[in-house]
Amino acid sequence: MANEREKVTRRDILGFGLRGLGALAAAGGLGALALRGKAATTETVWQIDPDKCTECELCATACVLTPSAVKAVHAYAQCGYCELCFGFFEDEPNSLDTAAENQRCPTGAIKRTFVEDPYYQYVIDEPLCIGCGKCVKGCNAFGNGSLFLQVRHDRCVNCNQCAIATACPADALVRVPADQPYLLKGREIG
Amino acid sequence: MKRLRAIYYGLLLILPALAFGVERFPPPEFESHYHAPATQMPVPRAEWLFYLDIAVLAAALVLAGYLSLKRRSRRGLFALTVFSIAYFGFFRHGCVCPVGSVQNVALAIGQPQYALPIVVGAFFLLPLAAALFVGRAFCAGVCPLGAAQDIVLLKPLKMPAWLEHALGVLPYIYLGAAVLFAATGSAFLVCQYDPFISIYRTSGTPLLLGITAGMLAVGTVVGRPYCRFLCPYGVLLRWLAPFARWRVNIAQKECVQCHLCKDACPYGAIRLPTPAENPGGRREGRSRLARHLLLLPILLAAGGALGYFSGSAFATRHITVRQASRVWLEQQGKVKGTTLESDAVYQQGQPLKDLLRAASRIRRQFDIGGLLLGAWIGLVIGLKLVFLSIRRRRTDYEADPAACLACGRCYRFCPEEHARTEVLEKIG
Repeated sequence: MANEREKVTRRDILGFGLRGLGALAAAGGLGALALRGKAATTETVWQIDPDKCTECELCATACVLTPSAVKAVHAYAQCGYCELCFGFFEDEPNSLDTAAENQRCPTGAIKRTFVEDPYYQYVIDEPLCIGCGKCVKGCNAFGNGSLFLQVRHDRCVNCNQCAIATACPADALVRVPADQPYLLKGREIG
Repeated sequence: MKRLRAIYYGLLLILPALAFGVERFPPPEFESHYHAPATQMPVPRAEWLFYLDIAVLAAALVLAGYLSLKRRSRRGLFALTVFSIAYFGFFRHGCVCPVGSVQNVALAIGQPQYALPIVVGAFFLLPLAAALFVGRAFCAGVCPLGAAQDIVLLKPLKMPAWLEHALGVLPYIYLGAAVLFAATGSAFLVCQYDPFISIYRTSGTPLLLGITAGMLAVGTVVGRPYCRFLCPYGVLLRWLAPFARWRVNIAQKECVQCHLCKDACPYGAIRLPTPAENPGGRREGRSRLARHLLLLPILLAAGGALGYFSGSAFATRHITVRQASRVWLEQQGKVKGTTLESDAVYQQGQPLKDLLRAASRIRRQFDIGGLLLGAWIGLVIGLKLVFLSIRRRRTDYEADPAACLACGRCYRFCPEEHARTEVLEKIG
């Protein structure tokens, strides 16, 4: 088939040049769009700004994943280790024990263990957490606010547009640089 | 539990005095040797893996072009399709994809504070650049959305030309709407109603699963309904593919006018030879063109006007607009109670004046955006009519580069291909 191969004409070379130029120009334009914003040098991922979050519970259902990529996170350094933890207990618990009817968490994802009198440690069992933020609401309202919601990046698929960001009434979902993917609270920062 | 209740109500009393998120209970200093567990921070996917995605996309595009144009191998393209479903579909969960990236580009143009991620930019650009050289290679075997439809196609029915042309206008409308809502920062429609993403994520809302099931069911008898009659990215590829360096040439030397390729194409992309004489006569053809040219500005104006008046309805897709109108109604006492969205406004303590100002700015954007979208729809319909009334001359059956998805099904039906691959001689 070699003898049937078309000759390369001047027109072909011109065509290649024009196509290449077109592609380069488009790449340049997009590059300008990328550089115009702040976080252009690195990839960005989605994250919840805990200071904006209003614990509306939409994170649990708006995410494209089931269960949601959003889960509660505990900043231990900010925790008061309260015996009566309003992140853990219902508003008016019958007694301060781990019986299911006393717990605020609908899936029992918070583990309460005794440390020393009168302190208790609260650990989130992430596979059970559905990201509803009920514990966050309790902790923010009556406690130190050491529980907060974060997008867990081992689960997040980093959609073009985050479905939670579209639903969030508080505009709390922001893009953050991928090398600093968490927005932590209080003493945990840094 | 009286003591508890006392603590609880006592807390309620002091609460207003405390600022949001303050440490009400100082973290204890433990006497025992207690160490707090570290807060787990799973890291996102490594950055180099995103660049690997780009490399895989580029390689797949080159391979698709090679398989469809040089090797003319349907089997090879099918293998590539399966790979794309596995990698871009199930492994990458369908995100980021070039089809959705149109909206990221629109958002970056419309909202200066949004920086277009480099990976998304590359995903937007690579298939378009490839289209300038090898046509719609992306559609042929790389796009996971097209792949899902390609493998469910059982028995393609022939579609009447009028229906095909009428539905062919939809992608342009969808593209216009996607750009409008993305550029105003309201919604990513294409992602929200992506009919195949629920397969790749193995989850989805009932609405989305319904769309998926419907689209796959239709896809068994209509070749790639999403690609042909909805895909907004396909519009861009459609514009660029006619300028491709290499094209799908079904008969490489001489077409024998057997129309087997036309019967083989499930996507209606083969154009027929035109009759020697214009069926309605020259005069009739010319007056039809003139009528449609005159109709064009009327359609433009009508579309623009309709779009302008629909702008405020479109604006309710934006959350700020919804919040502002809800809070306004609550303040006026016209509605009782609060919603999640208005609660968020009160909780953040945003002044109502700022919210209303932001909302009216977005409404103005939507008035102009609606006008442009309406005019765009009018223009697309008008131009479709004009192009339909322009007579073209074709002597052979050929693949329309704009519509051809380069799936490679037609090749093996062409008698010339049989001669080329010496299949006939082997059979004889």
